[in-house]
Amino acid sequence: MLCENCNKRTATVHVTKIVNDQKAEIHLCEQCAKESEDILIDTPFNINNFLTSILDSIQESPIKVDYIKTTKCDNCGMAYGKFKQIGRLGCSKCYGAFEEKLPGLIKRIQGHEVHVGKIPKCAGQNIRIKKEIENLKNELKNCIKTEEFERAALLRDKIRALESVPKNEE
Amino acid sequence: MTKWIDDFGAEDDVIVSSRVRLARNIEDIPFPVALVKEKSQGIFTQVQEAISEGFTFTSLEKTSEMDRKVLVEKHLISPNLIKDYENSAIVLNEDESISIMINEEDHIRIQSLLPGFQLDQAYKIADEMDDKLEQKIKYAFDEKIGYLTSCPTNVGTGMRASVMAHLPALTMTRYISKVLQAANQIGLAVRGLYGEGTEVVGNMFQISNQMTLGRSEREIIGNLKDVMTQIIQKERDARATLLANNKIRLEDKIYRSFGILYNARILSFQECMKLISDIRLGVALDILKDIDSNKINRIMVMSQHAYVQKNAGKSLGIKDSDIKRATLVRRLLGNND
Repeated sequence: MLCENCNKRTATVHVTKIVNDQKAEIHLCEQCAKESEDILIDTPFNINNFLTSILDSIQESPIKVDYIKTTKCDNCGMAYGKFKQIGRLGCSKCYGAFEEKLPGLIKRIQGHEVHVGKIPKCAGQNIRIKKEIENLKNELKNCIKTEEFERAALLRDKIRALESVPKNEE
Repeated sequence: MTKWIDDFGAEDDVIVSSRVRLARNIEDIPFPVALVKEKSQGIFTQVQEAISEGFTFTSLEKTSEMDRKVLVEKHLISPNLIKDYENSAIVLNEDESISIMINEEDHIRIQSLLPGFQLDQAYKIADEMDDKLEQKIKYAFDEKIGYLTSCPTNVGTGMRASVMAHLPALTMTRYISKVLQAANQIGLAVRGLYGEGTEVVGNMFQISNQMTLGRSEREIIGNLKDVMTQIIQKERDARATLLANNKIRLEDKIYRSFGILYNARILSFQECMKLISDIRLGVALDILKDIDSNKINRIMVMSQHAYVQKNAGKSLGIKDSDIKRATLVRRLLGNND
């Protein structure tokens, strides 16, 4: 049986839907089924399996990076393959070790790429100042756009003041 | 005393409790999933040194299985924490409004749990606890993606804010699926009584933020608050409609449920939760008087499996457990027969 959607590949996914007592059968190939929005397969799963499937779909990019499969985190020994299996990273250094793949995954699940919330007080004084300067600079840009020059001048002074804070050595 | 059970909070006709959880990890130590036993003790020590007076630290290895399950039933720890109880611990304050899980999925999970609709207050408490810990503990934090967590679904703020909502009228009027669908679409997750992967019992829904990155803690909480305010209103509207159109039937349902709970000699947990839901609704609508919401909380918590056994002082089979539960509930409702 051919796939009802592309009419090219063999249909391997067969779904029976019952909507308002109307029975409808859909036959698709795996690829079209993955893309189809009205197939919601209701099987028990946990969040970790879910992540794994997202990772798999990210891997199906035109450029295949095969070597990543053998990548291991030097710090904790977590293999990328194992992370894919269990959906959990082994240590904070894994984020660096798997930097080829993780940002894509994080973007997919979080919808964002950059943290804007709390920053640890002691650990991140330099970072905090840097983030604040970034925020102020963005605000400054907006002020210039909207021709709020008085506010812009205030912001500029604030930025200068923050930039002159001596960096504390860690 | 457990604050969320024994105290009162705003909007507690609909919102049973509010919780904020912060996930944190210690720099340079493998996450619990990759941790060897010796190192888990090191984390215990770091946390013990960082907490002040008024907090008790308990290694779960030193607790009985029953006590561990009771902690889960009081929602102070997750079912996940007791799976690897030999390597995990819990820190509690006196009124149990703060609990810190150690070596769950992350090294440290700070939770603040309050009665009623008090998300801002819960965040404030968790945030202050976090400040206290970070004076002694160096967290794994990345300039770009924030607090680093074992699962990328928590990275960023590491924060999960949630409320436990009792939504019987929306369920009865079948509006609930629409409401939950809408909540889902704007990035909120809806779960059962004990969180992730658990079923909805007694019309209790746990609603929480899904995304943890790219928004500040205040924004995440603000968003959840806005949505919940609307859901609370919808639930109250549905209750008012039920009262206006079906008052006698609603009263009948509530009084029957009360009658069973007040008199039953055998009570399964499922049945008990179903009936308590009706009682809670009856109290909220002032149909049942002389019962307050924290008495219902107590019944809800104490009628769970481990709690019933703890009360009996021994482990019980299902049959005996159901008998014991019925007795417990009768006593709590003032029936001493």
